[in-house]
Amino acid sequence: MPILSYLRALNRALSAEMERDPAVCVFGEDIGIAVSNVTTGLLKRFGPERVIDMPISEQAFTSFATGAAMSGSRPVVEYQIPALLFLVFEQIANQAHKFSLMTGGQVKVPVTYLLPSSGSRVGWAGQHSDHPYSLFAHIGVKTVVPATPTDAYGLLVSAIRDDDPVILFGPAGAVARRENVDFDALAPVPLGVGRVHRPGTDVTVVAVGHLVHDALAVADELADTISVEVFDPRTLYPFDWTGLEASLERTGRLVVVDDSNRTCGIGGEILATAAEEMHLIAPPKRVTRPDGAVLPFARELDLAVQPTRSQLRAAIETVAKSR
Amino acid sequence: MTDSADLYRTVRLIRRFEQRAIEMVRSGVIAGGIHPYIGEEAIAAGVCAALRADDLITSTHRGHGHVLAKGADPIRMLAELAGRETGLNRGRGGSMHAADVSAGICGANAIVGASAAIAAGAAWSHRRAGHDRVAVTFFGDGAVNQGVLLEALNLASLLRLPVIFVCENNQFATSMRVQDSTAGTITGRAEAFGIPAETIDGMDPEAVLEAASGAVARARAGDGPTFLECLTYRFDAHHTWEHIARPRYRTDEEVAAGSVRDPLEIQAARVPQAVRSRIDDEIEDLLDQARRFVDASPEPDPSGALDYLYADGLRGRAGTA
Repeated sequence: MPILSYLRALNRALSAEMERDPAVCVFGEDIGIAVSNVTTGLLKRFGPERVIDMPISEQAFTSFATGAAMSGSRPVVEYQIPALLFLVFEQIANQAHKFSLMTGGQVKVPVTYLLPSSGSRVGWAGQHSDHPYSLFAHIGVKTVVPATPTDAYGLLVSAIRDDDPVILFGPAGAVARRENVDFDALAPVPLGVGRVHRPGTDVTVVAVGHLVHDALAVADELADTISVEVFDPRTLYPFDWTGLEASLERTGRLVVVDDSNRTCGIGGEILATAAEEMHLIAPPKRVTRPDGAVLPFARELDLAVQPTRSQLRAAIETVAKSR
Repeated sequence: MTDSADLYRTVRLIRRFEQRAIEMVRSGVIAGGIHPYIGEEAIAAGVCAALRADDLITSTHRGHGHVLAKGADPIRMLAELAGRETGLNRGRGGSMHAADVSAGICGANAIVGASAAIAAGAAWSHRRAGHDRVAVTFFGDGAVNQGVLLEALNLASLLRLPVIFVCENNQFATSMRVQDSTAGTITGRAEAFGIPAETIDGMDPEAVLEAASGAVARARAGDGPTFLECLTYRFDAHHTWEHIARPRYRTDEEVAAGSVRDPLEIQAARVPQAVRSRIDDEIEDLLDQARRFVDASPEPDPSGALDYLYADGLRGRAGTA
């Protein structure tokens, strides 16, 4: 079977949706030459009326997408750097997200925000290494964080077809992933539905984005002693609480690994919800970035503030033992 | 063809709508207050008279005039201000967001300068679909120092979009005088991006209509954006809270001097008395009817507070488990 890389999956999804629906268009910086490798070939295939290289005016082109979306287009907006989301938070959280309610349902804003490299790439320092998906889930913007190429394809397709704003984070730690897949079998993945990557009976590990692969590796390491179920929510908002509940019915023990800063990260929400509403037989744990983390430049320092496999392993062992 | 009486009717409707809305703020029927448009009516009336029904506008926190002039139903508009289910936005928008999308109003925005880029995107999308609609974005003098507006000017010029930037220079950004907020000139900002810009008398509805008609013709012909700086004066408060708080950033004498030229009087002088009387009566009847409609309209059901948040009807979890 052919090999599908993560970025190629995003590219295929964009291309397929542009082919299928003439309303789909792409805005972003340096997308004509596809600096991020996601928009490769789109300008040539679909032309400058649908693939618009924008000046460095993120705030304007984000709201430009809102206006276009309210007027029959279905824009995908690419941002090369996750910290740009702080710059356009007003335009997403306060404009695009609020228009449907504020107009009493008179308009839809079908925009997809695409982050093809979120989180740390190691060595990109303080302003290029953020992973602010929890912010968007908190606001209520539909938020997806695919871990694998097939999910990246399927979730991007669903995001583009969705009638609300959707933000897709492609974690830098996942974009090097490749999968052997039958391209003809690639299909939309519905928003709000999690995926059990590995069934288990002792501890449920909820892993977000690239951390799914770390969780799977740790589950392998522990296989002889602890049976770990790896649950990938895939969508952080709306979250698949039903899927999580089903997993906890099986295990009753929970660890979350989440690349957010600790305070108000999605990991805290998952723990709180499980504690309030679900079956837990031991106190849960989470592994996150530290409170208020800003990623320092040096490799050792950058890595020191990201969740690690050893931290995850220790958390699983503690939760597995506690009662 | 818009005649003098049509313009008078729009100016008068906005003036009386605002005066009645202020009374309803005082009596508590309208919560949260309003940003009255009194004194600035010539701009909305003149600009919107130059537009077709299928052209677009984006409005502001001081938006009642734009929305009424573009053709929204005053009755459902008043119901929106009063937070009724029968309002334009089903009571979810209120004064600062009241809009009738079917009348070409792409939202009323409470963030200063935020809607210019939205208007640009809407204009682009309609052009791409083969329509010759133009989009007008209204904003005040306070917005000309907002980065996203300047970015939108650049984008509109680069893409040669059919957008008309209408700056309502009422001399104040809330309490800050324009000369204290704005280095250089307002039109100079547009000119820097290659956009033709003109400063016009924003108190005369017919002068505004003439300038706006020229800008609309340019935009419709594919010649790109135009910027109109309309000089005006806000006769009333920035927001009705000033009626209580009484902040002193301009003297009574200054307000009186600024209000000497009144768009309502300017336009009234062009319309025969008998015609005016008939129009005035019609407007009073309409606003009486609007008030009765408000009183007869149900308040929204609290269980629907987050209806319309998502296009697909998604409901998040309640605030208590």
